[in-house]
Amino acid sequence: MSDHSSSEHSSSLGTYIAVWLALIAGTILTVVAAHINLGPFNAAVALTIATVKALLVALFFMHLRGASEKLLKLVVISTIFFLFILLALSMADYGTRVWS
Amino acid sequence: MATATAQPAGQTIERENYLNKHYGVGSWLLTTDHKRIALLYLISLTFFFFIGGFFALLIRLELLTPAGDLVQADTYNKLFTQHGMVMIFFFLIPSIPATLGNFLVPMMIGAKDLAFPRINLLSWYLYIIGGVLMLHCMLTGGVDTGWTFYVPFSTAYTNTKIIEAGLAAFVAGFSSILTGLNFIVTIHRMRAPGMTWSRLPLFIWAHYATSIIQILGTPVIAITIVLVAVERFLHLGIFDPKLGGDPLLFQHLFWFYSHPAVYIMILPSMGVVTEIIACFSRKRIFGYHFVAMSSIAIAVLGFLVWAHHMFVAGISLYAGLIFSFLTYFVAVPSAIKVFNWTATLYKGSITYEAPMLYAFGFIGLFTIGGLTGLFLACLGINVHVTDTYFVVAHFHYIMVGGALMGYLGGMHFWWPKISGKLYPEGWARLAALIVFIGFNLTFFPQFILGYVGMPRRYYAYPAEFQILNVLSTAGSTVLGIGYLLPMIYFLWSMRYGKPAPDNPWNAAGLEWKTASPPPTFNFDEEPVVTWEAYNYEQLDEHEQEVPVAG
Amino acid sequence: MPDSSAVAVGQSHGETHNPALLHHFATEQQQRDSASLGMWIFLGTEVMFFGGLFCAYLIYRLKYFGEFAAASQTLSWQLGMTNTIVLICSSLTVVLAIWAVQRGKRALLLSSLILTLIFGFAFLGIKSIEYAEKFEKHHVPGPSFQFANVPLPGHPGEMANPAHAQLYFSLYFIMTGLHALHMIIGIGIFAWLLYASWHGRFTTEYNTPLEIGGLYWHFVDIIWIYLFPLLYLIDLRK
Repeated sequence: MSDHSSSEHSSSLGTYIAVWLALIAGTILTVVAAHINLGPFNAAVALTIATVKALLVALFFMHLRGASEKLLKLVVISTIFFLFILLALSMADYGTRVWS
Repeated sequence: MATATAQPAGQTIERENYLNKHYGVGSWLLTTDHKRIALLYLISLTFFFFIGGFFALLIRLELLTPAGDLVQADTYNKLFTQHGMVMIFFFLIPSIPATLGNFLVPMMIGAKDLAFPRINLLSWYLYIIGGVLMLHCMLTGGVDTGWTFYVPFSTAYTNTKIIEAGLAAFVAGFSSILTGLNFIVTIHRMRAPGMTWSRLPLFIWAHYATSIIQILGTPVIAITIVLVAVERFLHLGIFDPKLGGDPLLFQHLFWFYSHPAVYIMILPSMGVVTEIIACFSRKRIFGYHFVAMSSIAIAVLGFLVWAHHMFVAGISLYAGLIFSFLTYFVAVPSAIKVFNWTATLYKGSITYEAPMLYAFGFIGLFTIGGLTGLFLACLGINVHVTDTYFVVAHFHYIMVGGALMGYLGGMHFWWPKISGKLYPEGWARLAALIVFIGFNLTFFPQFILGYVGMPRRYYAYPAEFQILNVLSTAGSTVLGIGYLLPMIYFLWSMRYGKPAPDNPWNAAGLEWKTASPPPTFNFDEEPVVTWEAYNYEQLDEHEQEVPVAG
Repeated sequence: MPDSSAVAVGQSHGETHNPALLHHFATEQQQRDSASLGMWIFLGTEVMFFGGLFCAYLIYRLKYFGEFAAASQTLSWQLGMTNTIVLICSSLTVVLAIWAVQRGKRALLLSSLILTLIFGFAFLGIKSIEYAEKFEKHHVPGPSFQFANVPLPGHPGEMANPAHAQLYFSLYFIMTGLHALHMIIGIGIFAWLLYASWHGRFTTEYNTPLEIGGLYWHFVDIIWIYLFPLLYLIDLRK
């Protein structure tokens, strides 16, 4: 919310390049982390990195960060909320059911 | 449609409106006017309603006698499947949003059109493509899985046209998504100056909540249909326990959409009823904000309860407890609505025009349907009545007694605005009464039948159930007449009905401030809203001071 | 695509009435905001569309973790990583195109769009190499599927159950296949955007279709950002 006024939503070229480099670094980091034995945390690390990358794309490339209103953020958050509901309540069944 | 027929002498020449501005088939099939698209939907929906109703009548005829004598068992399976599919995907889900919603959402918020008029037309074409696929499917063999497509029967065993029926539902689902998307953007972006969120008619709030379900729920059924199709073609084992898959996964995904889908049907109807009750009791809706928020709450809570359709399917007991518990919560916003309608009626100047009769019918039948839903949410009772006629009666009280009553009430309420003609009030009241009696005669016996143990989806039954079944079949005939009547007198009124004034009910709301029928861009000048919704006290005071003409 | 074809009837120089402004909108700002909100909501439906698949994936991965790891390791993570980077680069060129059009830099706009298309095709090319390999190895689910005598990673004595590995490959093909379908649609959209940009339809004031198309492209990128670790990088530690 700092650098640009909310009406003109495009960031500077430098920001784009920095985000692009961060995304590539994140990709390499994911691959490296996958080859290290972290026990049960491998999946968590991979998903965390993926989420950070997705956030970078959404905030900077899709201009969610500079969006003039909170509405777009609300759309994103509520979608993720309902996706979470689908996964969590399904797991409420699968996590407690014996099936083969 | 309302071609400019010879006006009675003394009438001025008809004003230019959305119906007479352009003529010809092309001006309808390529229109981007939300009002014309609403009428396209109205015509196609009515067609599918009578197809679905035809299947229903055949089902009831078969069940007139205990023996399976009218149709064969396979045919019977197809009858109830196609009755369900047509009624749900091609009538109930689009019913109010696509007709009344399409017509009224822009007008109620003071907009010229929906945000994406071409997408609106596209959504009608998708609906028609889906509908044609469904018709073709039914004419060339049909489906027999029940509208729920349960695996593994649908993926591995049945020889009927699953893929085509699934594709029909898939395409119709896209139509529904696009309608919802259009409504949400329109409500956010197109409101007239002064039309703040707390001045929106509750019809708009109900449609907003409906759209949330349409855009977030429908994609899940779409991907589920894709998985069923892949599984049926290639038999990969995604839903096959022999190959490590889980049939219950299908049910989870299916009901994640299909339970909220019930709220797609009922929420718009609640919006309609709210408008009608405020108008015919001449009062501001009691607890406006609670009614608005309860719509949103129903939409959200509706996503948390889906597995109550699966209590006996083999989900874990723990999950059953959670879903049973969550299901009770849906009763809270629903009850808020019913109590607020009742409180609005209290000390109102109530009149009993046909739309109000439907609204009263809605409240009563929806309450019965909702309360029996609580029985079903209870794990113990659910085990007893699962897959019996108790369930059938319950959801027909919601979908037909609720959603359809609201639809008919709304059609009567806004018919003068849509067609510019008045319908015959006496006939309309009679029809409302016939529908109410016919409905209860059809479905109340089914509660008893289910409770004493008659299972659903069988074409024959033990002889001791016959009396109740005969009552139900008799009721369905009465109900059928009740549905035919409005269609006849609506058509009649288009030609012979008295011209409607702009605001025949002296109702609040922007849609009544423009002409009947409205001009193509809805308002001659852009409205500016300076009043709260449902300002009936103000309206009536004003009327006492200055007698209105016409 | 919210009415992307509806826009741009001619070049506008903004002063009087913008021909790209549709009759039912009051201002260009309102039209632009509507289009972008419409696209974001559409992307919300896409999230739920893929969400059903992620749900199935989650359940079966937790249940058949060994088979999922064994099957996943027949993929080449190198190709997957290359494709990830290709898509990230294409996302950069998309934002560059929008940055360029907002500043009236025509050459950069056109070259960025062309690069985007090239990256898009590169992604599909690499994907088809991977698919071809699956066919050769009989890893395509269906009657000719074979996955016999593959040990579970970390349990050299135990063999993977072919049926459960087939579940992995089914999800792999459905998820990457639907993603590739979205890529093809995205390439179609960007080909049209290139065509329209070539004819100068977008200006510093009016470039909504580029923004909307860009949102879609980035979304398809985000889906892949999740698919890559979920499908390619299961239990790679030895």
